[in-house]
Amino acid sequence: METSVRYSAETAESNGAKTGGDAIVPHMKILVIEDDLEAAAYMTKAFREAGIVVDHASDGESGLFMGTENSYDVLVIDRMLPRRDGLSVISELRKRGINTPVLILSALGQVDDRVTGLRAGGDDYLPKPYAFSELLARVEVLGRRKGTPEQDMVYRVGDLELDRLSHEVKRAGKEVLLQPREFRLLEYLMKNAGQVVTRTMLLENVWDYHFDPQTNVIDVHVSRLRSKIEKDFDKPLLKTIRGAGYMIKDEA
Amino acid sequence: MLARARLMFRSTAVRLSALYILLFALCAAFLVFYVTAMSERLLAQQTRQTLQEEVQDIERAYERGGINLLLRMMERRARQPGANLYVIAGPNGEMLAGNVASVQPGVLDEQGWTKFPFSYEPYSEAAGPRRHLAVANVLLLDNGLRVMVGRDLGDPNRFRGLVRRALMVALAIMGFGALIIWFGIGRNALKRIDRMSAASQKIMAGDLSQRLPVGKSGDEFDRLSDSLNAMLGRIEKLNEGLRQVSDNIAHDLKTPLTRLRNKAADALAEKREDVRRSALEGIIAESDQLIRTFNALLMISRVEAGSIAAEMSEVDLSAISADSAELYEPVAEEAGLSLTTALEPGLIVRGNRELIGQAIFNLLDNAIKYAAGGKGEPKIGVKLAKSDGTFRLSVWDNGPGIPAEKRDEVLKRFVRLDESRSKPGTGLGLSLVEAVMELHGGSLELSSTHKENTEAPGLTVTMVFPVPKP
Repeated sequence: METSVRYSAETAESNGAKTGGDAIVPHMKILVIEDDLEAAAYMTKAFREAGIVVDHASDGESGLFMGTENSYDVLVIDRMLPRRDGLSVISELRKRGINTPVLILSALGQVDDRVTGLRAGGDDYLPKPYAFSELLARVEVLGRRKGTPEQDMVYRVGDLELDRLSHEVKRAGKEVLLQPREFRLLEYLMKNAGQVVTRTMLLENVWDYHFDPQTNVIDVHVSRLRSKIEKDFDKPLLKTIRGAGYMIKDEA
Repeated sequence: MLARARLMFRSTAVRLSALYILLFALCAAFLVFYVTAMSERLLAQQTRQTLQEEVQDIERAYERGGINLLLRMMERRARQPGANLYVIAGPNGEMLAGNVASVQPGVLDEQGWTKFPFSYEPYSEAAGPRRHLAVANVLLLDNGLRVMVGRDLGDPNRFRGLVRRALMVALAIMGFGALIIWFGIGRNALKRIDRMSAASQKIMAGDLSQRLPVGKSGDEFDRLSDSLNAMLGRIEKLNEGLRQVSDNIAHDLKTPLTRLRNKAADALAEKREDVRRSALEGIIAESDQLIRTFNALLMISRVEAGSIAAEMSEVDLSAISADSAELYEPVAEEAGLSLTTALEPGLIVRGNRELIGQAIFNLLDNAIKYAAGGKGEPKIGVKLAKSDGTFRLSVWDNGPGIPAEKRDEVLKRFVRLDESRSKPGTGLGLSLVEAVMELHGGSLELSSTHKENTEAPGLTVTMVFPVPKP
């Protein structure tokens, strides 16, 4: 049997935690603009199970109307839509001063479409086909209900402390020495503390490459980081979320 | 034949030569008429001048020697061949002497130049009396006598005939030239176009290996054929790639799809919850693998189509190599390999960072996967150096390597030399690297890392980038 290496780095503490569906999520409200009704129904159901309130529009014009009239935390917009193209919906929304984070879904290729999508005013881009866990993780990060505010100079999770200015990392007051890349990895995880970040998101935000890492490269880096911040401590902070990615969280 | 003539008239060469004939004819007609008019004027001027001089001679002779000398002189002059017209008339206009039979009445009445050409009748015309046109200067002497000196203007019809003949000859020559152009250039061009359409018909019928004929002259037609042939070559290559891909998809995706289907059927039939769950997880993993394969295929075809070319910029090859090595170093270590780097700093190329990065990642994935298969301590490495006007980025391992005769094969899509397919992978990694190199105007080289070591020669895959022009 050919097993995917993507899930091979499960560790002991991966306790099958649900992908972001925790009860503490305050209601996030999103708008999905997607003309494929079956995909939209699946997405709506899955988002609701994760505790997210979902509105759905099936074409560009009504999506633009709903996005203008109501207030949402995140917009998920398919790139190819009837009546008004997805990119044009985004630029029109931006023109009207609506700066809600937008995630673009696209069945087109990866490299160049991502760039045009982000240029049009999108905040994130996910090529189809995608795993729902990937979409959910990205939407939650865009909605940013749980993470640490961007302007904070020191990120804290439990007794772990990361100083963004001095690049110092301490756990329970003891300094942890990290390589520059490990620092950035931890910084991104802590910025999104309590939220699932996927391997693709890590590759994008820490290494600045935008594709699905085919092997366990990210897992190896994460487990190195984990051994550095958890080796001498009892309480695990960095969790592997089965089938989705990683999350740093204080289980207090 | 008629259809051919119509076709011929529709051809550019024929239309052009017809236009040229028309223009040339107009120019020639203008030239002939202009020259004629000019020479006529000059001739008339000369005639008037000689006549004027003669009249002055006559006047002087009359003053010196009276009427006798005048008569003698005129008689002498009239006898010369091609002589002018001379008339001496009495006060009432009656002709007294001269070499003219009769003159239009009224001509002799006024002193000076005749205002218009007048008609006269010369002596002894072989074909009977005929009237000629002439101009003359009339002198009234003090004793009432009138002296006229004139000149025949010749037959104006003869002159016009000459002009018409010249025109006809010119037009005939031009017409002949045009015919030569039609048959020489026009027909030749037409034939070449016919040959090109014939070849195009065959290509449209599906034979993409056909090429348009190219002559030796290197003219516009040959250049057109050359570029069309280059285009056909590209189309053929793309088409071949497409066919190869669809064949391979049929072969290589059917297997995992069948497996997926069977697993789903098993999961459906399974009663025990934990077994069922793991079967479903297997299905997801299998689907993910399929999605990866499709993404890789899509990526390769997009890279090959060159649609990413717009997103090219200056990229630091040294930095990408260092990043990649850094990203893969822990992976290599985990796999029990050591990764060494030898990177020349500051090598910049024009390219797409994402694609180059992904290409290196693919090579490193492969190196890690296969290095362990060799004998001795497994090692891999990344090397970047400048050499012979190229930047050479190599990823090497000391694994079992690939025999020289199989190196072309591994570049093909879905080809994996590992028959058992025990290692994960899509079989598309090297195809993508090759496509990326083609997009960057470079090439991909496969060689042995250690040629002398036949047991474990290892594999070195080198991405050869052209050095950007400053």
